[in-house]
Amino acid sequence: MVAAIKRPGWIRGALGLVAAAAFGFGLVVVLRAISGLPAFQTEQTGYPQVVVPLITGPLGFLAGFGCFDYWLRWAAGMPTIPEDHSQHGARSWRDYLRFNTDHKVIGIQYICTNFFFFFVSGLMAMLIRAELAQPGTQVVDAATFNGLFSAHAAIMIFVFIVPVFAGIANYVLPLMIGAPDMAFPRLNALSFWMLPIAGLLFVGSFLAPGGAFDAGWTGYAPLSTGAPLGQSFFNLGVQFAGASSIATALNFLVTIITMRSPGMTFWRMPLLVWANLSTSLLVVAATPFIAGAQFMVLLDRVLSTQFFQFAGGGDVISYQHIFWFYSHPAVYIMMLPGFGIISEVISTHARKPIFGYRLMALALIGIVVLSYSVWAHHMFVAGMFSWLRVPMMITTLLIAVPTGIKIFSWLGTLYFGKIHTYSTAMLFALAFIVTFTVGGISGVMLGMVPLDIHVSDTYFIVAHIHFVLFGGSVFTIFAGIYHWFPKMTGRMYDEKLGRVHFWGTVVGTWGTFLPMHWVGMDGMPRRVADYAAQFGDWNLLISVFAFILGAVQLVFLYNMVVSWRFGPRAEANPWRANSIEWQVSSPPPIFNFDEIPRVVGGPYEFGVPGARHAIMAGEGAEVPQPEPTVAGTP
Amino acid sequence: MNGRLPIAKMLAATVALTAAISAVMLSINWNGQQASTAAPKIDDLLNIMIVLSSFVFALVMVMLFYALWKYKAKPGDESDGEPIHGNTRLEVAWTLIPTIIVLFAAGYSWVVLDEIESKDANPLTVDVFSQQFAWSFGYPGKGNVWSQGELHVPLGRQVQFKMHSQDVIHSFWVPEWRIKKDNVPGITTTAIVTPDRAGTYQLICTELCGFGHAAMRAKVVVEPPAQFRKWVAGVKEKVPPPYMESIRQDTETNPVQPVGAGGA
Repeated sequence: MVAAIKRPGWIRGALGLVAAAAFGFGLVVVLRAISGLPAFQTEQTGYPQVVVPLITGPLGFLAGFGCFDYWLRWAAGMPTIPEDHSQHGARSWRDYLRFNTDHKVIGIQYICTNFFFFFVSGLMAMLIRAELAQPGTQVVDAATFNGLFSAHAAIMIFVFIVPVFAGIANYVLPLMIGAPDMAFPRLNALSFWMLPIAGLLFVGSFLAPGGAFDAGWTGYAPLSTGAPLGQSFFNLGVQFAGASSIATALNFLVTIITMRSPGMTFWRMPLLVWANLSTSLLVVAATPFIAGAQFMVLLDRVLSTQFFQFAGGGDVISYQHIFWFYSHPAVYIMMLPGFGIISEVISTHARKPIFGYRLMALALIGIVVLSYSVWAHHMFVAGMFSWLRVPMMITTLLIAVPTGIKIFSWLGTLYFGKIHTYSTAMLFALAFIVTFTVGGISGVMLGMVPLDIHVSDTYFIVAHIHFVLFGGSVFTIFAGIYHWFPKMTGRMYDEKLGRVHFWGTVVGTWGTFLPMHWVGMDGMPRRVADYAAQFGDWNLLISVFAFILGAVQLVFLYNMVVSWRFGPRAEANPWRANSIEWQVSSPPPIFNFDEIPRVVGGPYEFGVPGARHAIMAGEGAEVPQPEPTVAGTP
Repeated sequence: MNGRLPIAKMLAATVALTAAISAVMLSINWNGQQASTAAPKIDDLLNIMIVLSSFVFALVMVMLFYALWKYKAKPGDESDGEPIHGNTRLEVAWTLIPTIIVLFAAGYSWVVLDEIESKDANPLTVDVFSQQFAWSFGYPGKGNVWSQGELHVPLGRQVQFKMHSQDVIHSFWVPEWRIKKDNVPGITTTAIVTPDRAGTYQLICTELCGFGHAAMRAKVVVEPPAQFRKWVAGVKEKVPPPYMESIRQDTETNPVQPVGAGGA
């Protein structure tokens, strides 16, 4: 028993959670008693006796669970435990449920956790559509409805789309660059374990007095600064998700820059690696802004700091500037890794080198640079200084250029290829091109100030973001999951069920989100629990397609779960791809490579006679040595 | 390699598809009724964008489906495609042409923006007061009278709305006018509109403001000037002091003025 308490794991984690939460609670009560205040404060924005334990409790859990053990021992000058690899790799399913430093285990932990929250949040979307199927109030009241769509968006963004890309890259990227693991495996594990905390805070807010946070995922002040306790859950959840995101991005940057195998120059990196390099640059520089904005809201709520309180000298609009300075780049954080996935899938299944590889990589960097200069296009009607609108409109529209380069280059890749469409991954990649083009077009329209004045904050926006985030990001996530499923699980999934999922998702996506454009332009605002009767038929149609879209995701879930357990064994390289992760077994050995591979050519040399991307261990004799470039120099 | 593609046929297909999509899309009245001088200008911009967008979409569709039809691998064919790594001329083309299109769109938008925001010499000023979850309107030019839940404006005269929020952010939208502006606590925001069609419309709050957000509507009546003057003369209720206070205290950070003329 004592041993179980001393050992890092769930028991010590639970004790840490309880002890740290109790400490936070006691601290508040004692400090308030010393100050002569009543022990509890239950004004809706206050509740320090809840907010402080919400900060200390999760940290106590992380400490108890073992996330800081090595560092704390080292920092305290105690003898560190020699690395015996007991925390590395999965030998049974139990190893997925503990602190594990293997990037492949962490990748699976991410993906499973993220999809759990995808289904939770999807269920909220179903409730939203059930309420909106008819004008008037049938399923939930207006306050609950506001909580539902706020939590739906927050969960989808912060604990599904952003981290699931990190999960996929966690699994695939070190293998792709020929690295034995990520640069900082313990930090990597900590990044993962912060995520379920964020997700549980978002979901847990429904239990708070006053209900879930209901100021939208954008949480505009002063609606958010005056909202009930649930809003504090959101403020804190964003901190955990944000810290996780930043730590992972640093990890990717260091891994990509310093741990590429010999011969893997920048211009020989697969585009997925380029995409995650660009994404990580965005995350590292932009995410602190949303963390800061949410801290300021929290301080306004709990300590009356008046950052955004006009009555106390604060500035209401500055919240939106800080928020969107992160949240517009966030759109690309949610899209660039998907671009990388699509490049891998299309090149492999068209048996063709990527068309214009260098321009594809440069377009990613171009998007990174431009995306920092467009945030105020979310604020054309917000009452900010009017002269800011036209420069932001021009930069916004210019982002269409590097994005267009990517679309046309994928299309160019198909030409003179041998296109195989048997894989569900390829189907999603092709459908992505069509759907994302529509989302890009509506994005250009939204960037134009006069059109934006009319359609901003209407269902047109809802249509646009779902075309780019569902038809864009989520399609690429599905493509990535199907593509690397054999590598991750060592099993093949069922292509027939994959096709059912694919066609259901395509029909559901278009049927749900296409009519929303028109409904919005014709006068239906977003974020409303009730609407004018004239939009009733359209909303019923949208809801029916939304239910199809929701139901068909269960086919995906069934396919993944059953195939993981019972699917036929996968070969090392079922898609006959070139990149390094396919040259090792499925699933890969615990330490990835017996010997670090040597890279001798580009990653997409399909059809080039005798071309090789990498030479694996024990097969170097017949192939010439790579030219003596130092890893890290392009 | 370009010579091996039926470029002319693909272009013809793109043009035909563009025409077909545009024809369908332009036949739909997307934005609904037009009731201000700004509305036709914004709708014209939308129509131009529909044609340009149809072209882009048609081009992507033709390129995609031609490739899928022409280069689909035969069953059992395990060979690779041709090792083509790129084509500099093509890559330059699909960088430059979209740049020109979006710069045109930006320039045209700028022109429209200037037109719809150009101020008349003598606009009627109306104060808009928003609060959870109701609208009220002050007519200071007419002796500080106010109306609740019902906005009246004269037909054909430019109206300048000065907007004040009493609590959280709200947004003022009359779809038929194509005009929207947030009401921000602490500052006065401004929007101008010239109604050119008499009738009754709905003012909709479009910024999430709480549980009553969906129901935060007001009636908008556009009527001939004589009728408007009669209506205002009949209004007796004065703007209550707290609302007058918000007019005095709010800073006007953002007067409507041509872009480029600087901030406050």
